Amino acid sequence: MKMRRKTVNLGGMRASTRVMAAGTVVKPMTAETAEGIAAQEFARIVESHRPQIFRFLLASTRDMDLAETLTQECFLKAHRNWKHFRGESTAMTWLMRIAINLQKDHWRNRRLQFWRQTRINAVDLDEASEWLPSGERTAEQQLLAREQVGHVWKAMEGLSERQRTVFLLRYVEEQELGDIAVATGLSEGTVKAHLSRALTKVRAALGGRR
Amino acid sequence: MTWKAENTGGMADAASDARLEEALKNFRQSVHAWSDAACSRRRTEIRIAARGGWRLASAWALGCALAVGGLGTGLYQHHHVEVLARIKAAQQARQQQLAAQQRAERADENLLATVDSDISRTVPAAMEPLAQLMDEGESQSTGN
Repeated sequence: MKMRRKTVNLGGMRASTRVMAAGTVVKPMTAETAEGIAAQEFARIVESHRPQIFRFLLASTRDMDLAETLTQECFLKAHRNWKHFRGESTAMTWLMRIAINLQKDHWRNRRLQFWRQTRINAVDLDEASEWLPSGERTAEQQLLAREQVGHVWKAMEGLSERQRTVFLLRYVEEQELGDIAVATGLSEGTVKAHLSRALTKVRAALGGRR
Repeated sequence: MTWKAENTGGMADAASDARLEEALKNFRQSVHAWSDAACSRRRTEIRIAARGGWRLASAWALGCALAVGGLGTGLYQHHHVEVLARIKAAQQARQQQLAAQQRAERADENLLATVDSDISRTVPAAMEPLAQLMDEGESQSTGN
């Protein structure tokens, strides 16, 4: 098979070998080189953003295997569409948007198949509340913290899909409202409204004012 | 960042706000801890699976080598037994041939002996006086 070597047009100049005034020869960037750089960049992005995507999906689904599968799918989809990513938002926001859409598709498909079993592999609230960082806390503080975490998980059960997504992005991933709006495809006002409703429910679960 | 930016409704209840803020912080830390633990567990599993995979591949390779060796040995044995059987059959055939030949030779010898004895002893009646004379002459010569 005959291999064709393509060249990339750099800054409006023809991608032939250019000789600079000082006599330095600048080799043209070939398509292979550009692809290699893009692949390296993508690998770096996977490495840096994978934990966050996985964490968001884990908190959304409470299912480690499902979160792992959806994370894999997310990066596979991102890899396929990497050349279309124009940098209008951050890579994290772009990846989060893919993850949110995948998660939505997953639940929709599961509901169509057998809606009663959508949470069959998810861990229960008590198990999810067990996880606490091993800081310097007394047993009483740990118990209180566990109780609070349990209440928040319980409140999350009662949130709509959008409220839950917005809540997690804001309070677990600590994203800005603008980024959440881009990732979810909602306006900032809608994001604020969802957050407010979610907070009201969480506060109620914690036993505060309604 | 705090939750207060989004909190637009009603009078602020300081205790409730503090509790909410603390709960959200604990929740965030809990999810982070869970996720980190899950990630590290997954990495360990992958490492174990990779090691297990290597072991499995080695076991398969060893198993295949043993199977091929066993099969080869079996085939060689079978071939060897066949060759031995052929040699043995050929030897038996040769022995049988030799025995048949010897039997035939012995039969011929017997026949010739029988013929000889028959010829030597049976004298026609017309030659009987001559034969007696020969016998007498022989006895006289031996008596002298």
